[in-house]
Amino acid sequence: MTFDGIVLSPEDLRAVVRTVGAVVLTTVGVILSVAYLTYAERKIIGYMQARLGPNRVGRWGLLQPFADVFKLLSKEPVIPDAASRAVFVGAPLLVLTPALAAWAVIPFAPHTAIAPINAGLLYLLALTSLGVYGVILAGWASNSRYALLGAMRSAAQIVSYEIAMGFALVGVLMAAGTLDLGHLVARQAPNILHWYVIPLLPLFFVYFISAVAETNRAPFDVVEGESEIVAGFHVEYSGVMFAMFFLAEYANMILVSTLAATLFLGGWASPFAGLPWGLLAAPGFFWLALKVMILLFCFLWFRATFPRFRYDQIMRLGWKVFVPLTIVWISLEGVALWYRVGPWFAR
Amino acid sequence: MPELQNFTMNFGPQHPAAHGVLRLVVEVDGEVIRKADPHIGLLHRGTEKLAESKPFNQSIGYMDRLDYVSMMCNEHAYVLAIERLLGITAPPRAQYIRVLFDELTRITNHLLWLGSHALDIGAMSVFLYCFREREDIMDMYEAVSGARMHATYYRPGGVHRDLPDTMPRYEPSRFRSRRELKRLNAAREGSLLDFIAAFADRFPSCVDEYEELLTDNRIWKQRTVGIGVVDPETALAYGFTGPMLRGSGVAWDLRKTQPYEVYADLDFEIPVGRHGDCYDRYLVRMAEMRQSVRLVRQCVDWLRAHPGPVHLDDYKIVPPPRAVMKHDMEALIHHFKLFSEGYSVPEGETYAAVEHPKGEFGIYLVSDGANKPYRLRIRAPGFAHLAALDMMVCGHMIADLVAVIGTQDIVFGEIDR
Repeated sequence: MTFDGIVLSPEDLRAVVRTVGAVVLTTVGVILSVAYLTYAERKIIGYMQARLGPNRVGRWGLLQPFADVFKLLSKEPVIPDAASRAVFVGAPLLVLTPALAAWAVIPFAPHTAIAPINAGLLYLLALTSLGVYGVILAGWASNSRYALLGAMRSAAQIVSYEIAMGFALVGVLMAAGTLDLGHLVARQAPNILHWYVIPLLPLFFVYFISAVAETNRAPFDVVEGESEIVAGFHVEYSGVMFAMFFLAEYANMILVSTLAATLFLGGWASPFAGLPWGLLAAPGFFWLALKVMILLFCFLWFRATFPRFRYDQIMRLGWKVFVPLTIVWISLEGVALWYRVGPWFAR
Repeated sequence: MPELQNFTMNFGPQHPAAHGVLRLVVEVDGEVIRKADPHIGLLHRGTEKLAESKPFNQSIGYMDRLDYVSMMCNEHAYVLAIERLLGITAPPRAQYIRVLFDELTRITNHLLWLGSHALDIGAMSVFLYCFREREDIMDMYEAVSGARMHATYYRPGGVHRDLPDTMPRYEPSRFRSRRELKRLNAAREGSLLDFIAAFADRFPSCVDEYEELLTDNRIWKQRTVGIGVVDPETALAYGFTGPMLRGSGVAWDLRKTQPYEVYADLDFEIPVGRHGDCYDRYLVRMAEMRQSVRLVRQCVDWLRAHPGPVHLDDYKIVPPPRAVMKHDMEALIHHFKLFSEGYSVPEGETYAAVEHPKGEFGIYLVSDGANKPYRLRIRAPGFAHLAALDMMVCGHMIADLVAVIGTQDIVFGEIDR
């Protein structure tokens, strides 16, 4: 394909249409998943807490997410007088865009990704780190002390957990020898023993816990710390702009769960792959969705169970536990790689 | 070089952890608190002054509204003060009923404290579990007085009426399955005492449930151990009472040290902490709930075995029964006088204190011989505790401020009065 002129050949046009279609489909899929993740969250936590959860809008409350969205959309977006307008309005976009853009490289099924680029992992690392700018800018632009504190906490937390998370990804990278997510999954596909969660179990835990921290979910939700700094960085936001933060938070939750499933749990590969069980052993989107749902359930479960960490304790956990742990495990992995241990490191 | 300035934050009164209307002006250096200045008075209703303008009995209802999470205990102190000035004592059955409801109130108070404390620290589920059990105690309040919260049940000379023989039951509804209905009504088939006994049997396992979520939880311990430490001398100097004082290791409990009603005849222990931090105060309150269940059981057993009058027969103080009024002129006059003018209390002054769930709740009452108090002064435990807030949080982080407010079990109804 050449970019000498702006003339598009029919094939190019088809490719563009196909890509746009895929992007729209994925985005709508993500947004719908977010809607029903909020519903699932309220229902599941509700039942865990001896409540019923939403049950009034639609059958079993199934339309509740839409009611919430319409409520938020129809509300007046209030911009505080002392806020810096442009940044205040731009910040939610800066949070939401990376949360949606990151989906481009996710392999949903064998050979199915919007952009199967060969540096997929790097792209993801870059995009997931970008979201923090939106959070910091939102906190700064609000010109509110609570928001500023929230932004400060968020900056410190995301930056430190980014490191532990990055190291965990390095572990996967070393094992797979590729940055391409499609290949990465394909290497785990033969059977359940090939999943990287087995040799890299500590890294999986570090990754998942960092992911909880990175998405500011309980017990690491100090950035929003309801009872401490009210709502943290988005305390001044309302209406559509608040909805964007909300959407981004949940989209990120799904994203990091999908990543955990892709990198450690074999993505679209069936846990029964390699066994003569026909459809059960076949790879497919279903398996990815199932794994993501299980991980997301853990997010909700944590939220219903744990008290909140204090800000400095989170820092301590990140720097003094996770970073050393990942470094030690990566070194061990290096040794294993040298001796070509098991089905994982044999090239 | 410009002078560095700390960040001043307005914490409350509209804040999720403000426990009502606490307003703090907090000076923070980064996240570390340098000064926390509580501003009070946003819930001031002038209870003390209001009491001076109405007959004694009409202020009982105001007492419920002081510390609105431990209603009957507030009434208790007020009623005791009046009884002391009048020189009367309630019949034993009334005393047992009062102790029974004091202890149930202690459980509701501690349940609400635990729920909100845990919610402040981020453990959301405990809050809802606590409210589930609290609901049963609200039902007991309702069964005995007709009101779920502001009972106005204790009266000088006894209690308003005897414990009912039946419990109200849930009715069928389309939102509730038949099995669910049966489960809800299982404990409500008998009398109120049966319901309370069933609750007392069930409740310790509920406390186990809360403890399972919190006591050994590492995050919970990280958030509470060593936070807001108060040594015994400081605690006494600041006038701490109740669990705040006992958490610091001072075994001071009015139920043991200055027994009132029938506490002297009952068997219970005073749990005491060691380190005076939020975690010890948490443990003390959890243990207190278990002790309260013990007391509730003893009271239920006694009340089952000893029927009898629940208030005095002195119509000068206690209204005559409706049936008597139908044929007795004297009784009718007494009733009229009592509900229009009230009774006169001999000249004098007294201080009556009870071991309220939050500490020593006292009423200082001065009477000039009229039918209204000359002066009423309320000693609210929370006031002394709040005064120590600055001392307790200095040097801690903002998140700890929330834990300390939680551990103090602040309720603004009594602080602002």
